[in-house]
Amino acid sequence: MRPFAYARAHSADDAVAALAQNPGAAFLAGGTNIVDLIKIDVAMPGMLVDIGALPLAAIDVAPDGTVRIGALARMSDTADHAAVRSGAPAVSMALNLSASAQLRNMATIGGNVLQRTRCVYFRDVTQPCNKRAPGTGCSAIGGDDRKMAILGANALCIAVNPSDFSVAMLITDATIHLRGPAGERTTPFLGFQRLPDDPARDTNIGPGELITAVSFVPSSLTRNSTYLKVRDRASYEFALVSVAAALDVQGGTIRNARVALGGVAHAPWRALIAEASLIGKPAAIATYAAAADAELRAAKPQRLNGFKIPLARNAMIRALATVGGAA
Amino acid sequence: MSPEIRTNVISARLTRRRFLLRAVLPAVATGIAVGTPRLSAMARAVTSVTVIPASGPGAVAVTLNVNGADHALEIEPRVTLLDALRERLALTGTKKGCDQGQCGACTVLVDGRRVNACLTLAIATEGKKVTTVEGLAHDGRLHAVQAAFIEYDAFQCGYCTPGQICSAVGLIAEGRTRSDAEIREYMSGNICRCGAYTNIVAAIKVAAGHA
Repeated sequence: MRPFAYARAHSADDAVAALAQNPGAAFLAGGTNIVDLIKIDVAMPGMLVDIGALPLAAIDVAPDGTVRIGALARMSDTADHAAVRSGAPAVSMALNLSASAQLRNMATIGGNVLQRTRCVYFRDVTQPCNKRAPGTGCSAIGGDDRKMAILGANALCIAVNPSDFSVAMLITDATIHLRGPAGERTTPFLGFQRLPDDPARDTNIGPGELITAVSFVPSSLTRNSTYLKVRDRASYEFALVSVAAALDVQGGTIRNARVALGGVAHAPWRALIAEASLIGKPAAIATYAAAADAELRAAKPQRLNGFKIPLARNAMIRALATVGGAA
Repeated sequence: MSPEIRTNVISARLTRRRFLLRAVLPAVATGIAVGTPRLSAMARAVTSVTVIPASGPGAVAVTLNVNGADHALEIEPRVTLLDALRERLALTGTKKGCDQGQCGACTVLVDGRRVNACLTLAIATEGKKVTTVEGLAHDGRLHAVQAAFIEYDAFQCGYCTPGQICSAVGLIAEGRTRSDAEIREYMSGNICRCGAYTNIVAAIKVAAGHA
């Protein structure tokens, strides 16, 4: 591992100042992603600014019902928090289906949102990769593309985002809270993680910015949500395809819907076409199948991952049936 | 600014192993550009800018609390908890398997919670209590999980066993032992290439008081 300096921040302002003024520095929270990436020379920070001591680990419920998850809340603590479990079961499920118990005890919510792709070529510094070394090309295109994207990819990058939590947060219309050199700001979760027009940029986070929290407002929709994860082994594995689904069904008719997909694109994929297709229709398998087909009409397989299209279709149908019933 | 000038500015303000972040440098650089030589005065002038002291990348003093005892070490910030335990403290019970968070052989408890020591920086555990497999037995008596692993033959080669045992101690504290399926799911972070899983589940059930 390459050497780096280490500084411990005691306030968010300290942390933000340290990072903004040290272009080669990176934040250290749980460490499960950055330490791994340093070991394999994908990340080479000159300094780690340890934010672990900042008071950003709380999960609070505001009087208006908003659930605010501090950026340093552990994945395990977030998954098991009553307000998260009842307010958006999909979020709790997605967290508990992520990684391992050890990693969930370390990894934080802010870090989860910012974690980098598991693309094998991104992680192999001997290979060209537009995300790691812009302009060198994409080794995954024409290579081992079995786990790569089927939606929203381009000729620059076909990697997928590995976060389960982010997929589930998309069905809650969540907000991301940031603090940076210019002060605080909030931004919708949807769109924060980017498609690969500029593959080096995973998200719209600014230089020196720190995620301080994510928040969502529970509703009848989010309370009736689920998360389905399909992978090569039954546990401790990233998704080939995952689905977060939430339905508001009244009298057998779908009044509102949220669907998001993981493992299929450079960013967690909000299935807006499927949602539009579901609303106003009877809660039935044929409705779910039509919605899945509509969403996946734009899907483009790579050489080895054509299986992801029917897999995503079937996973969407099953997840929707779980929350909407299967008439 | 040349590295030499930067070093001089820094050493004027702080001890050799601690240096100001570059918060001070834009102001100092401006001073050089207009030919003002009073670097120390300017360094004082910008101390209101928030700066935090950094250490390393060379070896720094770090105190680790492991199995109830403090250990004063001189280690670089890049040293993982796993390497500090094995290479500096000779606590080789904690194993290095994949060294990238994918096998669980390095599982230890930090403040009572199971973590992967290979992805934990030792310096970041200052002020926390680390427990390794060597710290589980007390007064010559094995921990209940250790005893159960022996009784139920929950290993073959034994390489993953310290990690399995520490993970199981954490699992039981989390209360995730209500069924075989739950034990298997919440122990999935510990890979056993010998395939001793059946006996591992049996041992954990006994240690948790469910069998």
